[in-house]
Amino acid sequence: MLKINDINVYYGNIHALKGVSLDINAGEIVTLIGANGAGKSTLLKTISGLLKPKTGEILFENEHVAGKVPQLIVKRGISQVPEGRRVFANMSVEENLELGAFLRKDKKGIQEDFDKVFQLFPRLLERRKQQSGTLSGGEQQMLAMGRALMARPRLLLLDEPSMGLAPLLVKTIFRIIEEINQTGTTILLVEQNANMALSIANRAYVIETGKIVASGTAAELGQSDQIRKAYLGGH
Amino acid sequence: MEQFIQQLVNGISLGSIYALIALGYTMVYGIVKLINFAHGDVFMVGAFIGFYSITFLHLGFFPALLISMAACALFGVLIERIAYKPLRNATRIAALITAIGVSLFIEYGTIYIRGAQPEAYPNNVVPLKSIELFGVKISGQSILILAVSIFLMIVLQFVVHKTKIGKAMRAVSHDQDAAKLMGINVNNTISATFAIGSALAGAAGVIFGMYYTKIEPLMGIIPGLKAFVAAVLGGIGIIPGAMVGGLLLGVIEALVSALGGSLWRDAVAFIVLILILIFRPAGLFGKNVREKV
Repeated sequence: MLKINDINVYYGNIHALKGVSLDINAGEIVTLIGANGAGKSTLLKTISGLLKPKTGEILFENEHVAGKVPQLIVKRGISQVPEGRRVFANMSVEENLELGAFLRKDKKGIQEDFDKVFQLFPRLLERRKQQSGTLSGGEQQMLAMGRALMARPRLLLLDEPSMGLAPLLVKTIFRIIEEINQTGTTILLVEQNANMALSIANRAYVIETGKIVASGTAAELGQSDQIRKAYLGGH
Repeated sequence: MEQFIQQLVNGISLGSIYALIALGYTMVYGIVKLINFAHGDVFMVGAFIGFYSITFLHLGFFPALLISMAACALFGVLIERIAYKPLRNATRIAALITAIGVSLFIEYGTIYIRGAQPEAYPNNVVPLKSIELFGVKISGQSILILAVSIFLMIVLQFVVHKTKIGKAMRAVSHDQDAAKLMGINVNNTISATFAIGSALAGAAGVIFGMYYTKIEPLMGIIPGLKAFVAAVLGGIGIIPGAMVGGLLLGVIEALVSALGGSLWRDAVAFIVLILILIFRPAGLFGKNVREKV
């Protein structure tokens, strides 16, 4: 579904992604794990079109999307839940969700997706008219996810959905990610919480200082000594 | 007492002109964090377009108002695309200096094209009688100015809160990258903001001409600065703040005049600016929004 071939991305002089390649098949949950500053968010921003790769290609459903503007990427069916939620704090929950469906014109479909999102996150329904800046961190995470789903994406990019959340809430969020996946949405999950990420993923990639250093099924990587030492806090 | 109320009415009329200009300042600041110092000159251009529409095209007040608003909207978009867009990622001081340059360019460009001589708005455009209210004579023009301003502000509130472009504007002003991830075209949204802000300045120009009669190419400087003070007074970036700030400043100035200090009115506006920057730098409506992580 998504095929990234040997992309190089720079921030000015800093070589942030060095020849990264990655594949995602339809229906999968793929996770990208790595430490702070390894290039995880950079990769997601590049897929979403916020950054342009200097070289390399990104194919989404066999079409070249590298370097395209974010609008086109969203239109093609890739939505992102950015790191730190980035909800529009000055707007209500409902308005945030409406913005998620910004490019869509099918009123009926949008209404259906409103219902779906509220079913997935009943909390958002309760707070529908509330300013999203007044929500708790967990609720903002739900809103950011709901907002991305309003675009009816076929591929959902999630950037550190567990960041700053209480362990119980992290569990809820991950259960919901699985639910979203079961309704047919492919997922690329970026996480520092490697344990949780590997527990729901089919496959995983490990990124270190801009390079993919390991990949395999989630089960394989979860058992690899090297990975356990570096990312799982295991012995 | 009668004179006091008379001055209050004058203050509200003047204040609604400030408010209309201040809205453009505040909207543009909200979305690109730029103090568009050329905004007062768009107001001037609006006044001239209105004037020529009335004198050469023999149009009435409302058609002239609409033409001026449309032309200023286009003008504002052109200014943004040509002068500011290339500097979007430059330092803020570079954009600010450019804005001052654009301002001077428009002022002296206008003088180059049509000369520096002032013009007088014909006073028969709106044949309105004065109205007696509580023993005070209120000119029909004052009422018309207030009505048009309030109407435009209501339309603006509707656009910003209920339409798709308005929501896009609020989203972009809050977080550009997040807005892009929604599929919002940031460039078009910024252009729309300039268009709306400039149209309001154009309307203010025509209203100003009607009310004060005399217009000239440098007329935008002082009202532009005053409107900037009004925007800061209300809280820059906050739309209702600009409305209230504008009206408040107009009333303060008029009352200072009423108390016999008409030579002090310009000074008072800037004293207000200094006081607000010392005691409430975020403005009357501003608050420090803390974000949750």
